[in-house]
Amino acid sequence: MLLNALLLALREIRRNLLRSFLTVLGIVIGVAAVITMVTLGNGATRMVAEQISSLGSNLLMVMPGQRLGPGRDSAGAPKFRIGDVEAIRQQVGGLQAVAPQVGSAVTLVAGTQNWSSTVNGTSNEYFTAGNWTLAAGRRFSDDEEQAGKAVCIIGQTVRKELFGSASPLGNSIRVKSFSCEVIGLLAGKGQGGMGQDQDDTVLMPLNTVQRRLTGSLDIGGILVSMRDDADTATVVGQLRGLLRERRKLAANADDNFNVMDTKQIAETLSGTIGTMTALLGAVAAVSLLVGGIGIMNIMLVSVTERTREIGIRLAIGALEQEVLLQFLIEAVVLSAFGGLVGIALALLACLGLATLMGMPFLFNPGINLTAFAFSAAIGVVFGYFPARRAARLDPIEALRHE
Amino acid sequence: MNPEPLVELRGITRTYGHGDVAFQALRGIDLAIAAGEFVAVMGPSGSGKSTAMNLLGCLDTPSSGAYRFRGIAVEQLDRNQRALLRRRCLGFVFQGFNLLARTTALENVELPLLYRGEPVAERHAAARAALQRVGLAERAGHTPAELSGGQQQRVAIARAIVTNPLLLLADEPTGNLDSQRSHEIMELLVALNREQGITVVMVTHEPDMAAYASRCVHFVDGRVDRDSRQTSCS
Ligand SMILES: Nc1ncnc2c1ncn2[C@@H]1O[C@H](COP(=O)(O)OP(=O)(O)OP(=O)(O)O)[C@@H](O)[C@H]1O
Ligand SMILES: [Mg+2]
Repeated sequence: MLLNALLLALREIRRNLLRSFLTVLGIVIGVAAVITMVTLGNGATRMVAEQISSLGSNLLMVMPGQRLGPGRDSAGAPKFRIGDVEAIRQQVGGLQAVAPQVGSAVTLVAGTQNWSSTVNGTSNEYFTAGNWTLAAGRRFSDDEEQAGKAVCIIGQTVRKELFGSASPLGNSIRVKSFSCEVIGLLAGKGQGGMGQDQDDTVLMPLNTVQRRLTGSLDIGGILVSMRDDADTATVVGQLRGLLRERRKLAANADDNFNVMDTKQIAETLSGTIGTMTALLGAVAAVSLLVGGIGIMNIMLVSVTERTREIGIRLAIGALEQEVLLQFLIEAVVLSAFGGLVGIALALLACLGLATLMGMPFLFNPGINLTAFAFSAAIGVVFGYFPARRAARLDPIEALRHE
Repeated sequence: MNPEPLVELRGITRTYGHGDVAFQALRGIDLAIAAGEFVAVMGPSGSGKSTAMNLLGCLDTPSSGAYRFRGIAVEQLDRNQRALLRRRCLGFVFQGFNLLARTTALENVELPLLYRGEPVAERHAAARAALQRVGLAERAGHTPAELSGGQQQRVAIARAIVTNPLLLLADEPTGNLDSQRSHEIMELLVALNREQGITVVMVTHEPDMAAYASRCVHFVDGRVDRDSRQTSCS
């Protein structure tokens, strides 16, 4: 009986290709939308997590000025000095590395090539704090750091723009009025959490940048990397106390600096993306539901259209449950087929979009299975009611139907 | 003859609608048909012939009265039991053709066998043989839309006889045919009746066709007016 019903259902689907296609369309779009949204959302979350972790885990960024937000005032706030970096290193417990940072936008020239980038004046501790590794060459020597020698370590993007695929080591780059030797090449990191290119950077010793580029002893910010076992709240507390003391802030005054925790940023950011994913997923789920209602609608219409057919089947001896089964199978086959096509479409869309947006493509079997099961379930639920209506018709009534 | 008639109607009435619009199409039918008979049902339009055929075909239930088919009280059967009875014992040729649209003649004819659960090979063979009997073998692959009215009528007959029913009910099987074809169909029915012992009940308006029957029942206003066993009815 099941086999017969399957045969009959398949015959009916084949016989009414256009109707079957329209029925399936809603499910295809719904399933594809849900899977695409969720898969891309997962990819985005993963991407942000990876970018944040590439910044270095357990990282605190200390910047002058009040915390980010409206009314932020960093212009008036005093900058940091190298003394602050030393004090933090000596007086705050649980730290792994403390690196000063001074940024300066410059034009780099090497041979006939030139490139606009940012020079970052810092120390060797920056490698630990910023989670950087060298692809080639070496770090700064103590002498180079202290004397402010004209040496630099460049990122992959800078290398590509200035030297192509050739090795940059030993070559010199002209920065403003001086020439500096390339002693190292950073391993690539890719896009940053805010979409910036992290590899578009040049590292120089702090002293070099302060003397030759910025001409001041100010430090733009301090990167503080905590040990894995350190408690973030304790470290941030100590850090704030120390800096408030050094900056002679009155007990009731606001901080004129801020401490950002990258882990916290990462969590906030992934949380936001998670919410967006859930929201888009919900919208897509609604479209899947609408697709299901479309199936029900078409099944209902087709039952009306097919009342005579049902009458004939019943009259020549089909049982109620046989007609019911036939309609059910038709609905399930259509929606399962729609689900499969939807999944295929979604995978294509995800691959395309993920490549386009430079995001990782994470195949998520859970959501694919769920969407498929849901589309099949829609077939059963929405196929059942019209099917029951059809099967309960009186054969004579059905035959009279015009 | 068989002491137990194949079909026995006693005091059958059938009322359509309720209250003011109620219309009594059958007003007390008593009729017994023995196995092996060939009965022609005649009567003016609206006299209740099709209504009676639907009851005989277990498609409908009487408003009152008793219907026994091979001793089974049909009015006490539920929907499914009546469907099984139709499937096993009855062949029905409808007044309209009632073929499935966009479905080939062969598929239409094999449909009752499909519901009986016969294997594919037997289904095909039997359906082809039935089409052969009505002279439509070479049209097996055509859909009703591609067949003439008379050809559709013959497909409907093939579908009714493909199961070798005990009782073949034909509501104006020659209504759409020219007299040449009509006579061929009547000869087919007579052959089925004589050779396979299929009991045939046929509604017709044409005395020519009724002449093939061994018995003639006249309906007037929902009652049996005349029941003659002569070879010639008119
Ligand atoms: N479903 C129905 N609802 C209401 N009245 C009906 C219904 N079916 C049949 N009738 C009425 O019952 C009467 C008998 O109808 P029936 O179809 O049995 O006639 P018939 O003898 O077959 O006529 P014809 O020779 O034209 O086919 C008619 O008056 C018809 O209008
Ligand atoms: Mg009639």
